[in-house]
Amino acid sequence: MVLVLVESLDDELSRQALTLAASLDDAVHAVSGVGEYAPAGWGRSLLEVIEELSPSAVLAPGTDRGNEVLAHVAAMLDLPMAANCVAISPGDPAAVTRIRWGGSLFEDATVHGSPLLLTVAPHAVAAEPVEVAQLRELEAAGGDGMVRVIEHVPASTAGVSLAEADVVVSGGRGVGSAEGFGVIEELADLLRGAVGCSRAVTSAGWRPHTDQVGQTGTKVAPEIYIACGISGATQHLAGCKGAKKLLAINPDGEASILASADYAVIGDLHEIVPAISAEIRKARGA
Amino acid sequence: MNILVCVKRVPLTGGKIVLTDDARAISTRHLGFTISPHEECGAEEAVRLVEQHGGSSTVLTVGPPEAEEQLRDVMAIGVDRAVHLVTDDEEWDPQATAAAIVDAIREVPEPYDLFLFGNESADAGNYQVPIRVAHALGLPCVTGVKGIAVSDGQLRCEQEVEGGRDIYELSMPAVITVKEGLNLPRYPSVPGRLRAKRKPVEDSTPPRRQPRLEMVRLHLPAGSGKQVEVLGHGPEAAPAVVGILRELGLV
Ligand SMILES: Cc1cc2nc3c(=O)[nH]c(=O)nc-3n(C[C@H](O)[C@H](O)[C@H](O)COP(=O)(O)OP(=O)(O)OC[C@H]3O[C@@H](n4cnc5c(N)ncnc54)[C@H](O)[C@@H]3O)c2cc1C
Ligand SMILES: Cc1cc2nc3c(=O)[nH]c(=O)nc-3n(C[C@H](O)[C@H](O)[C@H](O)COP(=O)(O)OP(=O)(O)OC[C@H]3O[C@@H](n4cnc5c(N)ncnc54)[C@H](O)[C@@H]3O)c2cc1C
Repeated sequence: MVLVLVESLDDELSRQALTLAASLDDAVHAVSGVGEYAPAGWGRSLLEVIEELSPSAVLAPGTDRGNEVLAHVAAMLDLPMAANCVAISPGDPAAVTRIRWGGSLFEDATVHGSPLLLTVAPHAVAAEPVEVAQLRELEAAGGDGMVRVIEHVPASTAGVSLAEADVVVSGGRGVGSAEGFGVIEELADLLRGAVGCSRAVTSAGWRPHTDQVGQTGTKVAPEIYIACGISGATQHLAGCKGAKKLLAINPDGEASILASADYAVIGDLHEIVPAISAEIRKARGA
Repeated sequence: MNILVCVKRVPLTGGKIVLTDDARAISTRHLGFTISPHEECGAEEAVRLVEQHGGSSTVLTVGPPEAEEQLRDVMAIGVDRAVHLVTDDEEWDPQATAAAIVDAIREVPEPYDLFLFGNESADAGNYQVPIRVAHALGLPCVTGVKGIAVSDGQLRCEQEVEGGRDIYELSMPAVITVKEGLNLPRYPSVPGRLRAKRKPVEDSTPPRRQPRLEMVRLHLPAGSGKQVEVLGHGPEAAPAVVGILRELGLV
């Protein structure tokens, strides 16, 4: 049998993990944490379930929590763990394919030890219906070093959230200054979208890190991503490859971003972006 | 307050990744090297905490001889000293890396109060070295932290989650992994760089453990297969752009 740590049975990323688990064994059991999040405490309780059921593999979705809880189990058992896998073939050792660099590179690896501990990269496998033999609740074990969440501070709800926006207008070093983002904000507002940016921009202090798209920023999946003055580093693309369409605005017809773009306008964003905004106003008759 | 920050040397890839002929590494012939942005924030936080609370900061890496460059870079922003666990060219798996770090930590005469790591490494992204270190040392651990406050030996940590922030409180010593956005790291000054050249780096060569998560080879994802459609040059392309936005139902 195989055991899967899920957020819930309906959660999309958990269903993807269940799907990969079902390819290993017909008997799929699931556990789900309850109560305030307590990474080591959940890990300790998961360990007890593992000892009781002796699964051949334990999987979790490759989310912050999935990766964290499974790493605690791996540390307690002194076993290897492979994070963010996209394919597995069982055996001793098991062979896995996992992502590196936020999905810009794949690694084939072998994992020595049993049970096999791995997390499943988000959106790498399509979720299929899986028969779950049993879903158990996991309560955090107590004890020393078992930190837990003591308080939750809700986010302010002002504006469109970058991660969920249907339109993201994003600016890079080519915007040139903090003030230069005025034209980016204007277009984003007109399209009821969110403003994004590259790391060159956050490092220069032009925008807060909450606006950064990429491997170490936010992952976005809009209908269209408009990249203005962004060269297209792999670490930036790792955050916007979920976009359905990508429009690049750049004077450099050789910029790497063009290889990932659906559409491009060649030229200076400071002329092009205001012209697009004006054209939208005209089309709306305003 | 004595702080240890752990960093990993990685290639600074640009718009395209090229692999070596044996497909076991990224070809770095034309590339520079760096550390993860998360780790840069960890180093900046160490310097700020020592500025506020006194004590000293140390940067540690497990990496090839060339990784001394990254140790000097980190010391250039104000970290006091470095520990270099020198490896051969082979990649170390997370268990071996954590074991080497733990052995080095156990040897220091003056214990650390706080261990700062990146949330995940830039290249391998295994999400586990710090947690393994915490377990080996019997210390509490919070990951993905974007806010740290210290008072009376207590840590208050903020973690970004869907819909807001989760708060944790714990006492030191503790292991904390951080994410970019925790702070805005300073640029190293010229005097900072000069001082860094003279700061002490303690070298040792730990034994390599047999990897249990063993990299076989790397491969690149299939290309997007996209063929870019150039809508035009300059502001004259605006109507074509609005045409696309209209097709998407946005105008
Ligand atoms: C581990 C790691 C993680 C990283 N994580 C991230 C991340 O999360 N997000 C991220 O973005 N980066 C990340 N980076 C940094 C990344 O490698 C690049 O350095 C960064 O994305 C470059 O930003 P940019 O495209 O804005 O700047 P540049 O690469 O300097 O590109 C600027 C572009 O602007 C164009 N331009 C100039 N003038 C104009 C104009 N007037 N109009 C239009 N275009 C113009 C230029 O032709 C060029 O293409 C990471 C790096 C590492 C090593
Ligand atoms: C073969 C393969 C193909 C992949 N294809 C894509 C892809 O097409 N798009 C992509 O973004 N990532 C894709 N990924 C995953 C990518 O590399 C990152 O792992 C992924 O973005 C999740 O990162 P994370 O763990 O930080 O995500 P999380 O932090 O869990 O993701 C943050 C949020 O971003 C949104 N999101 C991210 N990706 C998507 C998506 N594809 N569709 C809808 N919403 C999404 C969701 O709201 C998600 O909750 C692929 C990975 C592999 C291995």
